[in-house]
Amino acid sequence: MADTVVGANPDPHVTGDDPDRRDFIHIAAGVAALGLVGGLAWPFIDQMNPAGDTLALASIEFDLSKVEPGQQVVVKWRGKPLFVRNRTPKEIQEAIQGDHADLRDPATDESRHKPGKANWLVLVGTCTHLGCVPTFGGGEYGGWFCPCHGSVYDTSGRIRKGPAPKNLEVPTYAFLSDTKVKIG
Amino acid sequence: MSGHSTYEPKTGFERWLDTRLPIIRFASDTIVSFPTPKNLNYWWTFGGILALMLGIQIVSGIILAMHYVPHVDHAFDSVQRIKRDVNFGWLIQGMHANGASMFFLAVYVHMFRNLYYGSYKAPREVLWILGCVIYLLMIGTAFFGYVLPWGQMSFHGAVVITNLIGAIPLVGPAITTWLWGGFAVDNPTLNRFFSLHYLLPFMIAGVVGLHIWALHVPGNNNPTGVNVSSPDDTVPFHPYYTVKDGFAISVFLILYATFVFYLPDALGDAANYIQANPLVTPAHIVPEWYLLPFYAILRAVPNKLMGVILMFGAIATLFVLPWLDTSKVRSMRYRPTIRLYFFLFALDCIILGFCGAHAPDDMVIPGVAGLQLGDANLNSFVWLSRIAALYYFVYFWVINPLMGLTETPLPVPQSISAPVLSHPATTPTGAVASPEKRG
Ligand code: HEM
Ligand code: FES
Repeated sequence: MADTVVGANPDPHVTGDDPDRRDFIHIAAGVAALGLVGGLAWPFIDQMNPAGDTLALASIEFDLSKVEPGQQVVVKWRGKPLFVRNRTPKEIQEAIQGDHADLRDPATDESRHKPGKANWLVLVGTCTHLGCVPTFGGGEYGGWFCPCHGSVYDTSGRIRKGPAPKNLEVPTYAFLSDTKVKIG
Repeated sequence: MSGHSTYEPKTGFERWLDTRLPIIRFASDTIVSFPTPKNLNYWWTFGGILALMLGIQIVSGIILAMHYVPHVDHAFDSVQRIKRDVNFGWLIQGMHANGASMFFLAVYVHMFRNLYYGSYKAPREVLWILGCVIYLLMIGTAFFGYVLPWGQMSFHGAVVITNLIGAIPLVGPAITTWLWGGFAVDNPTLNRFFSLHYLLPFMIAGVVGLHIWALHVPGNNNPTGVNVSSPDDTVPFHPYYTVKDGFAISVFLILYATFVFYLPDALGDAANYIQANPLVTPAHIVPEWYLLPFYAILRAVPNKLMGVILMFGAIATLFVLPWLDTSKVRSMRYRPTIRLYFFLFALDCIILGFCGAHAPDDMVIPGVAGLQLGDANLNSFVWLSRIAALYYFVYFWVINPLMGLTETPLPVPQSISAPVLSHPATTPTGAVASPEKRG
């Protein structure tokens, strides 16, 4: 295309620097090919995201009467452990005191349970550091202790020490009755 | 691949083939007549060992895949069945599991050899970078492979490593879900990891091809680090190095066989004999030995994102090493100062490995209360790994650039042959420069 010497190129389509029909066809073909590849890339990437049936299995119901005060039951939810903890008054008291401590991921104890249900704590049981399952009652705050890299959670599931950046996650759940919750 | 070819087809068929697909010429130029420095020592035999190990992993792996079931309900049992019931399954599974360790042992020797003899410097930067790519792919392959037996360590190792990606701000959690194909490490994860574990070794084989191509352009480095200056400095690859490599391979195979036949589980973790249970984490999660130093770097940092950055940074650093080292002298034989730092670095990597194997709060010297410095107990493995991780980076980013500018290297020999010929003790009367050219 850069060839502008008059008569140097016998090809009548090449007339100079101005874009002509041939340039147009090249560019259009290139764009179409790119669009095709780009459009196909997404299905090939997205196929790895959770499939329809995986998403469909995403909620469970749980009967709370199985959990005595001071106990915790671990349920499997979305392939992950879920902690359902029935807290003692002492543990609730300690959690409320913790509201005024210097917290890494500030949250009041009240925001972490349903109104009027202070004894019930429902948490995703994976350490927010790298996903190990913290052990019940461990660590100096009586909440949980993660054996992997030493994160310590209090009785509200808030991170107090160690490498984890966040509090144990509270999943979306609702009380269906006094003794039944639906999680997810 | 480069230079002119010395191959002469001998039979009619070879001549016929040579003008159609010069594959015999190619093989001859690469592994028969290839001119190789005549002073290579045993540290140069690990390339051949690595090629063999890749072959063994691929062959044993394809056989395992004929019996293995990539499903969370069957994976653990199918591997146990391979070990107990499949004819010679114990042998093939043992070769594969221990083969991974031997593969890494060889690659580490190979990499430290390159560090010591400056083989990453011009004109071999691309060769070195391709090697780093192979190493990365090996780490990926071994990680995916370790998940397949679906034991406790497989599962929780996969959880911890995939969660590392969650540390990336904003997009991290979305990427983790995408990798898992669900909300946790589960069946979709196991399935895709099996697929990738099958794929990556063949990608490694492809990059190995490029690696050897890039080797054959400048040719081998050698223990003196000086360039080949005349044909007298080289010998043909065959039979000189086929025999030397063959001997080294035999010795290496003895070590490998010792593990396969007498210590098949010595390098593995007992927790992996327990089937994966997502609800219970083993008390002490550790990766396989060959990844411990990186695990130690990860845990050395109290911040999640920084830990992840430093861990990947430790590998990324290797890629830029050719431009961090400012010295023109290749071999550390003639760089006495940095040689000390190099040995310290090798020790440092071993220390990091030990740190990775211990819980962070374990005491380094048991029984001693330790140096309490504010909140920190200096007698703990976290602190040892902090110091060791610091040295890892200082060695590459500070010592390497500075040393090239400040050190005084020893005189470098004129040629590969010169130090041998000028040494009175090694020159008996009547010795000739190229004994292989006689008679
Ligand atoms: C770069 C080469 C390779 C490396 C480093 C490697 C590494 C590993 C490792 C560390 C394990 C876990 C073994 C254990 O702890 O029990 C494993 C398992 C496995 N690998 Fe590979 N592998 C390689 C190539 C292959 C290939 C090419 C295949 C072909 C499909 C394969 C198929 C398998 C299978 C089916 C398993 C599960 C059975 C078992 O755990 O023993 N591997 N691999
Ligand atoms: S995974 Fe819990 S502290 Fe690292």
